[in-house]
Amino acid sequence: MTTATNASTVTPVKADVTSGQPLLAVEGLKVHFPVNRGFILQRTVGHVKAVDGIGFSLKHGETLGLVGESGSGKTTAGRAILQLTKPTAGKVTFEGQELTTMKPDAIRKMRRRMGIVFQDPYGSLNPRMTAGNIVGEPLIVHRLFTSKAEYREKVAELLQVVGLSPAMANRYPHEFSGGQRQRLGVARALAARPSLIVLDEPVSALDVSIQAQVINLLQDLQEQFNLAYIFIAHDLSVVRHISDRVAVMYLGKIVEIATRDEIYKNPLHPYTKALLSAVPAPDPVLERKRERIVLKGDIPSPLNPPSGCVFHTRCPIAIDDCKGDVPPLREVGPEHWVACIRV
Amino acid sequence: MTERQTVEPLLQVRDLKTYFYSPSSVVRAVDGVTFDLREGETLGLVGESGCGKSVTALTLMRLIPNPPGRIVGGEVIFKGRDLLKLSDSEMRKVRGRDIGMIFQEPMSSLNPVLTIGRQLTEALELHMNMSKRQAMDRAGELLDMVGIPDARTRLKDYPHQMSGGQRQRVMIAIALSCNPKLLIADEATTALDVTIQAQILELMQDLTSRLGTALLIITHNLGVVARYADRVNVMYAGKIREMGSSDDIYGSPKHPYTVGLLNSVPRLDEPAKTRLAPIRGEIPNMADLPAGCAFRDRCDWAIERCGAEDPTLTEAGREHWSACWESAKVSRRPAAQKAKV
Ligand SMILES: Nc1ncnc2c1ncn2[C@@H]1O[C@H](COP(=O)(O)OP(=O)(O)OP(=O)(O)O)[C@@H](O)[C@H]1O
Ligand SMILES: Nc1ncnc2c1ncn2[C@@H]1O[C@H](COP(=O)(O)OP(=O)(O)OP(=O)(O)O)[C@@H](O)[C@H]1O
Ligand code: SF4
Ligand SMILES: [Mg+2]
Ligand SMILES: [Mg+2]
Repeated sequence: MTTATNASTVTPVKADVTSGQPLLAVEGLKVHFPVNRGFILQRTVGHVKAVDGIGFSLKHGETLGLVGESGSGKTTAGRAILQLTKPTAGKVTFEGQELTTMKPDAIRKMRRRMGIVFQDPYGSLNPRMTAGNIVGEPLIVHRLFTSKAEYREKVAELLQVVGLSPAMANRYPHEFSGGQRQRLGVARALAARPSLIVLDEPVSALDVSIQAQVINLLQDLQEQFNLAYIFIAHDLSVVRHISDRVAVMYLGKIVEIATRDEIYKNPLHPYTKALLSAVPAPDPVLERKRERIVLKGDIPSPLNPPSGCVFHTRCPIAIDDCKGDVPPLREVGPEHWVACIRV
Repeated sequence: MTERQTVEPLLQVRDLKTYFYSPSSVVRAVDGVTFDLREGETLGLVGESGCGKSVTALTLMRLIPNPPGRIVGGEVIFKGRDLLKLSDSEMRKVRGRDIGMIFQEPMSSLNPVLTIGRQLTEALELHMNMSKRQAMDRAGELLDMVGIPDARTRLKDYPHQMSGGQRQRVMIAIALSCNPKLLIADEATTALDVTIQAQILELMQDLTSRLGTALLIITHNLGVVARYADRVNVMYAGKIREMGSSDDIYGSPKHPYTVGLLNSVPRLDEPAKTRLAPIRGEIPNMADLPAGCAFRDRCDWAIERCGAEDPTLTEAGREHWSACWESAKVSRRPAAQKAKV
């Protein structure tokens, strides 16, 4: 696929790489949603612990893959990091500044440096805006141009960077295919020159042949602009392809986090193992030989999560102690952390 | 060919055509589809969004909404009878009793205002002449068989009280309730999480092989079919482009589209790559297909002839067919890909 040629004006400001500080540090992040009952007299009957104390750090230009089953809290975590959802507790330090205690005004300014691409290429773009204005909106919000001509030039460049023709700027979203819409979403996320982009299932809704085009594009852009990605997905093959490190979530918690090769070659948490063994390979000869770990039962409700290790209800190696205390993440090897008492 | 030929296949689909009409266009959603499905066999039907997989399945069941759709030609010979020639009431008996189907959307195919028990017993009373009592007993057994804990109490539940995975299990129980000879599963697990997907697929595989039911698995996920299908049909823009045993389709594909699909997915069973090899271009507009081979604009092997004549399925190996003028030259090796254009 074709990539950007000339992209000088959208090159992000050179971030402070020399200091050795991570670009992003997340500590003890929690998002608990109140569950209300009653129509007129609403009362809170409980909390959905969508994200329940997660932590990790991210370097410039690095990709962290975030995987886990539906409802495990991936989207909520991504949104809470960008302060699009207010965290219940925890700290998010981005480019040296703590975001959770910032004033809304200051956050709005910071948000320039953090982009997001949403999962649904059909629902996430305003149908009444032209492609050009969808991509250019962040430029207007953050006042990143001085003349109309400069605005048009920047929009044209952004479209080119993601492999679309600048002539498409006057079209509306419904005139684009799914893959093209996802490119628009990426162009928009790039517009304000971010150093971090949260990609929430950016290719899940796309057909495989188109998926590969968008993945290649994301990798090209990362290299070109030294972008850090948080790549949320449920397809573990895609996550391995794009990530430097991978975090596995289950019911609001990170149960394992390690470098890409480590987690795929040496998964230690029983949930990670089951997840990997559930991925079918497009090779019948191999598949016939392969044993699968098939987990019993369903994912428990986050409204009433199991005690102790949240995975114990489905875990093939659980013992009585697993129902007791919540196992903390422990470092079991270089950059390899696991939350399981049996590892 | 082989001794297999002496046994009549369970299902013979011949030159099937289903079109959708609008004032401005005709969508040839299924345009000359031919394949066999043998007794007890698992057949995969794969291809990207909009290529006609669901329309193929709905045509077999005669569930095409008319208008805008119409089955314009072909035969669907099931156990010796052409389903397209049956009266509506005869066809109703075939549906549910001889052929079970699991649809793409479990929530929309279960009735939200009826209990799970009622939805299971309906078909049993209608097709199997069971009394209410017998049907309810059998329904409990069926739910138990698909692995729902506390099956008998869950019969009183409504669909919204179950998880996505459980609803899909209920769908399987309903589809298998009258011991059909054929089960059609249209993206039955696509909406589910990988670990739940694995549970459901293992369950379907286990039940159909135990009951001797033939299985038509429709999916866009090449991995899903590799594990379960004996044979695979690859569909693109309304036509089957390649057909063969799973080993041949995955091991030595002979159609450029199949090669493209296999090359564009990252795989856990191969070393991590730095770059993927996508199929270039976009999925074609079904209302406005180019002349000749519909894959031409995206194909690395295309020659001049491809723009003029549409290739039909021709033998590319033992029980292996490909619809491509250049199929003799096609292989998964990247070197071959670069040779042309
Ligand atoms: N605004 C909200 N109010 C209440 N509960 C919420 C809200 N948003 C999310 N949740 C709940 O929080 C949990 C985590 O949801 P989240 O969307 O983060 O999961 P996810 O991992 O992104 O799942 P998926 O893979 O399905 O996108 C779920 O149980 C969800 O129902
Ligand atoms: N009711 C309908 N009216 C008009 N066109 C239709 C109708 N149903 C299907 N089509 C068209 O027929 C073609 C084939 O659709 P079909 O649903 O079979 O695709 P599919 O292969 O099942 O795709 P997916 O993987 O997205 O489910 C599409 O171009 C679709 O737009
Ligand atoms: S017939 Fe031609 S265009 Fe079509 S797949 Fe074969 S080589 Fe490609
Ligand atoms: Mg999500
Ligand atoms: Mg379909």
